[in-house]
Amino acid sequence: MSDPAIELRGISKSFGPVHANKDIDLRVMPGTIHGIIGENGAGKSTLMSILYGFYKADRGEIHVRGNKVDIPDSQAAIRAGIGMVFQHFKLVQNFTVLENIVLGAEEGALLKTSLGRARKLLKQLSDEYELHVDPDARIENLGVGMQQRVEILKALYRQADILILDEPTGVLTPSEADHLFRILEGLKREGKTIILITHKLREIMEVTDTVSVMRRGEMTATVKTAETDPEELAELMVGRKVLLQVDKAPAKTGETVLEVRNLQVVDESGVERVRKISLEVKRGEILGIAGVAGNGQSELLEVLGGMREGTGEVLLNGAPLPLAGAGSDARTRRRVGVGHVPEDRQTEGLIMNFYAWENVGFGYHDDPRYNRGPLMNNHALREDAEAKIAKFDVRPANCWHTARNFSGGNQQKIVIARELEREPDLLLVGQPTRGVDIGAIEFIHEQIVALRDQGKAILLVSVELDEIMSLSDRIAVMFDGRIMGERLPADTNERELGLLMAGITDTEHEHSHDEIEQNLAQSSGKAG
Amino acid sequence: MSFFDIIQILDSTIRLATPLLLACLAGLFSERSGIVDIGLEGKMLVAAFFSAAVAALTGDVWLGMLAGIAASMVFALIHGVASITFRGDQLISGVAINFLAAGMTVLIAQDWFQQGSRTPALTGEARFDTLDLPFAEALSGVPFLGPLYADALSGHTILVYVGFLAVPATWWVLFRTRFGLRLRAVGENPGAVDTAGVSVNRLRYAAVLIAGLLCGLAGAYLATGLAAGFTKDMTAGRGFIALAALIFAKWRPWYALFACLLFGFLQALSNRYSTLDLGLIEIPNAFVLALPYILTVVILAGFVGRATPPRAGGEPYIKER
Repeated sequence: MSDPAIELRGISKSFGPVHANKDIDLRVMPGTIHGIIGENGAGKSTLMSILYGFYKADRGEIHVRGNKVDIPDSQAAIRAGIGMVFQHFKLVQNFTVLENIVLGAEEGALLKTSLGRARKLLKQLSDEYELHVDPDARIENLGVGMQQRVEILKALYRQADILILDEPTGVLTPSEADHLFRILEGLKREGKTIILITHKLREIMEVTDTVSVMRRGEMTATVKTAETDPEELAELMVGRKVLLQVDKAPAKTGETVLEVRNLQVVDESGVERVRKISLEVKRGEILGIAGVAGNGQSELLEVLGGMREGTGEVLLNGAPLPLAGAGSDARTRRRVGVGHVPEDRQTEGLIMNFYAWENVGFGYHDDPRYNRGPLMNNHALREDAEAKIAKFDVRPANCWHTARNFSGGNQQKIVIARELEREPDLLLVGQPTRGVDIGAIEFIHEQIVALRDQGKAILLVSVELDEIMSLSDRIAVMFDGRIMGERLPADTNERELGLLMAGITDTEHEHSHDEIEQNLAQSSGKAG
Repeated sequence: MSFFDIIQILDSTIRLATPLLLACLAGLFSERSGIVDIGLEGKMLVAAFFSAAVAALTGDVWLGMLAGIAASMVFALIHGVASITFRGDQLISGVAINFLAAGMTVLIAQDWFQQGSRTPALTGEARFDTLDLPFAEALSGVPFLGPLYADALSGHTILVYVGFLAVPATWWVLFRTRFGLRLRAVGENPGAVDTAGVSVNRLRYAAVLIAGLLCGLAGAYLATGLAAGFTKDMTAGRGFIALAALIFAKWRPWYALFACLLFGFLQALSNRYSTLDLGLIEIPNAFVLALPYILTVVILAGFVGRATPPRAGGEPYIKER
């Protein structure tokens, strides 16, 4: 048997008191796709950063193709034949594809010769691996799928034969993800070794040969993918049995709570983000808005939440909501019964340097309960916060921690606790489980469904199709500021929704990937 | 206004634009690498003082210039250590440098020369001599273009020509070399540079030191070319006008040339006329002096196309996963 492409022995890494990696052993065989799965904070990214020379391990050895190597920086990793595709692409937005690929691997002090040679080599690589991309296109005009190809090409250009991909499908539509997996299969056939880091069980089952599971900094298991199933992996990840499906009764809908007619949003630079859309949400139902990030969903939420101005007509319980000027602000929205869990908890949902109890009061600090004359009644606010923290199982259950010191899932629970406990008539939720671990996802989903069952209306925006499919009672798909169609979860599937997300309404016929990608690139080009 | 007046105004435009241009290109290198530099003013000021002081003491303007450059580069290094190595706030570091320069130059000048915070007036070898461009004499007789060439373009000190040649040089370095590609990349997305295996800090230090060199030249020109010696606060806000020019130029070398010529022209105009009589209205020269700032605000407000600064400007680079 040949040497493993990568072998880690006893890798440990601590950040202060936190053990990010504890005594990790890992063997990745050449010519395979090896999945590494684990919840957020399980230490996957830290481990890969050590492999790519971003961090130095406190202890342990790295062997590449049987030779012990020292990887103090990225340069050394590149020399060892390791390439990495980061979750957040490391591309220079206003450079061309070619410039990005050459950056750091130039062949001489003058650009002309380097770029010329790179162009030839790039052509070869694109043909060999079917990674077609226009070398002279600017990154900012490319869709995310294309940008990811550039990242892969960057690694191949540096002659990487071990490729690490960190959560590569987070930003892709299902069809783009399928295409990526085909590319990975192709790379594998050419003898490359691929390490795929993800928290999505479906992907692991679909493409990997072997899978390693990480939990709390430790490698808990390595199994052949063919010999396992999603339930077992989820249990290994979380350490207990988890429900992968949301358990919910059919919706009992009542009268209409939210009615949106011809809503239009034009952003600061004059681009029309929401193009005269209409929708309604009834009591006791969850309307899920699916779509690739940047197709107007955020703007829709912001207008309804009072954070942005728009035109058109919006009715809440039959009464018009102002969309601009006086009374269109977030504070008034809250007063009339609109709760808002914003998409980005760190910038819009919380003040990271404030205590948990202060954060629980935000947006409601003019509530008479929290006030005593002109002064804040911090005592009452703290008591209230403690009750909410206990009820929503925020850990650690200490309201004197700053928001920054909670994990992503617990930060989100603080925001959810604040908004849900007000029992709003309409709850706007954006990306409720982005960067949240499986255990917390389960909890947050239960809370949202419970609010629905109380007869409240919920508008859910998420880029996670699984989440949309399992939570929603109705699904609307947005593309380029329009609603491409509405479906019932029972009558649709990922493929159909994926096509709608790419702006293709004719979902009965086969569509080529090029067509889909072209569509997406155009829309994101416009958006960028 | 006669033709002679125009030639004279153009001549002084070129002289006044030179320190702006050198400082502006200094800022361009620094900011293109992601390090915001509001300490241009301070670096020019120390360079002006040390070049004048050393020139006065040794009688050699070249030694003076070298001393000015060295002082400016030391200040650049301080800015670099504070904002690159220690990831401090670049604005605060820049402000500190301006204050340090303003106080230090006056203090040392008084201590060394006891002439009321100034250096002795420089003469002879201690000042930059003017250079005549080839055939200036011969061509001066040609109508219109002759005087323009002989009187406006010719007859400046060598640093003026260095400043103007620095424009194509900067353009070439930035857009035609590996160093330039990396420099532009590090100002846009240092993460991309780092993961490509290139040191972010080394690149930024290089950029900051180049800025120090160019500010050194600007300061040396101020004290030994434009004026004959150092006086208190002699930079008089030129570092800030250079920053304004940098924004006006959208961080591009050729645009920087035009921005600095325009701002130099405005200075020349206000130096020559106390009020500007446009027939119907009279414009006070304070307004002309304020125009660079007003124009910059107009540019920043987005009236004349968008001025997009380097994306990573002002943020210290911290490695993250």
